[in-house]
Amino acid sequence: MTMNKIIHFKLDGVDCQAEKGQYILDAAAANGIWIPSLCNMKGIKPHGSCRICTVKVNGRPMTACTTPVVEGMVVESNTEELNDQRKQILEMLFVEGNHFCPACERSGNCELQALVYRFRVAVPRFAFQFPVRNLDASNPRLIKDHNRCILCKRCIRGIKDKEGRNLFAFRRRGHKVEISLDPELAGSLTDEQAQKAMDICPVGALIRKEKGFDVPIGKRTYDKKPIGSEVEQPTVNE
Amino acid sequence: MKASVQKVLDRYKSDPTRLMDILIDTQSEVGYVPDAAVAQIARSLGISRVDVEQTLSFYHFFNRKPAGEFQVYLNNSVVAEMYGRRKVTEAFEEAAGCRFGQVSDDGLIGLYDTSCIGMNDQEPAALINNVVFTRLTPFRVREIIRDIKAGKKVEDLVVEGAGDGENAGKLVRSMVQNNIRKIGPVLDPEYIPGEALKKITRLTPEQVIQEIKLSNIRGRGGAGFPTGLKWEFCRKAQGIQKYILCNADEGEPGTFKDRVILTELPRLLFEGMAVAGYAVGATEGILYVRYEYRYLQRHLENVLAETRKKKLLGKKIMGKEGFDFDIRIQFGAGAYICGEESALIESAEGKRGEPRDRPPFPVESGYLGCPTVVNNVETLCSAVKIILNGGEWYKSFGTKDSTGTKVLSVSGDCKYPGIYEVEWGFSVNDILDMTGADEPQAVQVGGPSGTLIGPDEFDRILCYSDLATGGSLIIIGKQRDLLKDVVMNFTDFFVEESCGSCVPCRSMTVLFRQKLQKILDGHGVKQDIEDMIAWGPTMKINRCGLGQTAVNPILSSIKNFRHLYEDRIRKDRSFDGGFDLQAAVAESCWAVHRKPLTEENDHE
Repeated sequence: MTMNKIIHFKLDGVDCQAEKGQYILDAAAANGIWIPSLCNMKGIKPHGSCRICTVKVNGRPMTACTTPVVEGMVVESNTEELNDQRKQILEMLFVEGNHFCPACERSGNCELQALVYRFRVAVPRFAFQFPVRNLDASNPRLIKDHNRCILCKRCIRGIKDKEGRNLFAFRRRGHKVEISLDPELAGSLTDEQAQKAMDICPVGALIRKEKGFDVPIGKRTYDKKPIGSEVEQPTVNE
Repeated sequence: MKASVQKVLDRYKSDPTRLMDILIDTQSEVGYVPDAAVAQIARSLGISRVDVEQTLSFYHFFNRKPAGEFQVYLNNSVVAEMYGRRKVTEAFEEAAGCRFGQVSDDGLIGLYDTSCIGMNDQEPAALINNVVFTRLTPFRVREIIRDIKAGKKVEDLVVEGAGDGENAGKLVRSMVQNNIRKIGPVLDPEYIPGEALKKITRLTPEQVIQEIKLSNIRGRGGAGFPTGLKWEFCRKAQGIQKYILCNADEGEPGTFKDRVILTELPRLLFEGMAVAGYAVGATEGILYVRYEYRYLQRHLENVLAETRKKKLLGKKIMGKEGFDFDIRIQFGAGAYICGEESALIESAEGKRGEPRDRPPFPVESGYLGCPTVVNNVETLCSAVKIILNGGEWYKSFGTKDSTGTKVLSVSGDCKYPGIYEVEWGFSVNDILDMTGADEPQAVQVGGPSGTLIGPDEFDRILCYSDLATGGSLIIIGKQRDLLKDVVMNFTDFFVEESCGSCVPCRSMTVLFRQKLQKILDGHGVKQDIEDMIAWGPTMKINRCGLGQTAVNPILSSIKNFRHLYEDRIRKDRSFDGGFDLQAAVAESCWAVHRKPLTEENDHE
């Protein structure tokens, strides 16, 4: 087993344990407490850009996916203020893109949709922007739909070629930022890489071609259990 | 083209961390960065094309297409607007025969907007092929374009003569004026290079840090972190290689003091960097300068060479064994966000200027993962004076919690815009008196990311515990429309300059701008004001200080000038569904030749 030093912290009043150097988000999960996140994914270097996992560490807002636990840390996560800010971020993501769940191959497996359900977003408080965004189906294996992209950078961080070069990258900045796929390297994209890209994408922005709806809607991951339940300890009520 | 790009790549040994320089030099050679160059650079650096594009598309001075033989970048800061930018814009468009954002048909002239270029005391100002033109008038614009069309070189377009001080020097030859209105210990022209270095060779690095700590100086860029502590953290951090980065990316609109220091006192700055290097155990320094100040490049390189020759940089400084320190200059390429220290590091590494998550802090893991001190220009200059005269001496200036002096950049509606070195503890009223501001309506303290205050707060004090500032003060006269001319300008600035990484900064800035536009258009309701107040705190969870303050212009003006919002909102309704039925069906009605039935739905 691990030789790592065990340290202690408090999360929403609960005494928790963590391994030294463990991020708050992972340590919370190990203690059966779910902190919502979106741009974070196991196995990929955390980036802290969606800000949904923001918690208060000793009173200061910090992203749980990038902040390591320190002995004696006091963390708040499940508070009205933080949950409303999370809801705001989800609503912002909804209005800044074009998300039409019923027509999306990812529906039911989509982390954004699942979070929106869990946070009970009915109508966003922000005005829909209805941006004009492209759908790029030029690659033989992968469809890139910018309407659904939430700019989490998971594909950038998670997918490299054999030489370690990035297949995906950001272009431009601010609200004009978008994901681009390398025209040269994309030509040699394998089925496995295309599948990996689709799996890494939390929404339906990257969709593998010629293969879809393997699992019918209604029987997908979040159709069965809400997001977060995979780490939460079952309580008596459930 | 291939050969010239190869030359550039060879110059930087195809090092991917020097991508900024490679792109800047490629653009200088070719005029823009074409697809073929992107592919060639990617191949040579062993990275993908999209990775090159990722950096390239982030900075607004890089061009992917031919952008005009003469590229005009006209500053769109609020002070430029005050001093007649609109008419200058029209003159440019008429004379050049194209709109802003376009290139003239013959490919000769490209017109572009750009965020504050650090000339707020001499607006309207523009960069034309890196040459600065200040105090533009429609008449001058017509002359400039006429001369461009007549085939003159860009240097020959300047008819105003050279500015004061080093601006008139052979290597600068610029019409820029320093406008130094008040000098203090930092701006003191009597400075003799090398004395502080001589002094520290007799001290241990720890003693140097002790002296800086004793002075209580805090970072002059705006964030105000104690400098001595920063140096100490870096000194104690594990790492063989350490770096001193000097932040000369002053992009906060209304700030131009570093420009004057770079022009007049580069030796003082280089000495400050060497002092910092000695204190923390760094042998390399990088001066990160904003692209807007490229007209100072030859001057700065020349002073660097001269300083090396005098053995004030290089190996065995002052003859002391083991005291090695040298500096390279890194230019940015147009991005406000790079003034944030971790974004600056990313940019210096050849990447997009996106701030990093902390921890780890740069003092632990900064440039190329090594312990790094990032200090503002003025901080490093002050450090030299602290070493020379002692921490106790420094504490005799300013207030108890804010020691020393601050170089202010004052612009806007006042008689004497320029830079003023004052002790901390001056009130805003003092500054207004000093600069000849007769009828101020408001003062923007600390640039757009700072605070907008009205007359009832003019007695507030400039210091870290009251009005902290990186030094920009924009005075707004009675004649200005505060919301339309000022707050909207600042809001546009943040929309343009967000890096796009954090969701609230990327998205909320746009949503706030829409709300403000709605209010300016006379369609706003009370709920719009309430919404912005309610949503504002969410900006505090953005990663960097700049993102956290990106809607401050609106929040701060609602707080201090709420009546200006109240005056503009509709009084006949307090709620707005956000949906206009008439407008929604207008097109369909037109298509079927019917008039919309609106009477029963119309509330008016």
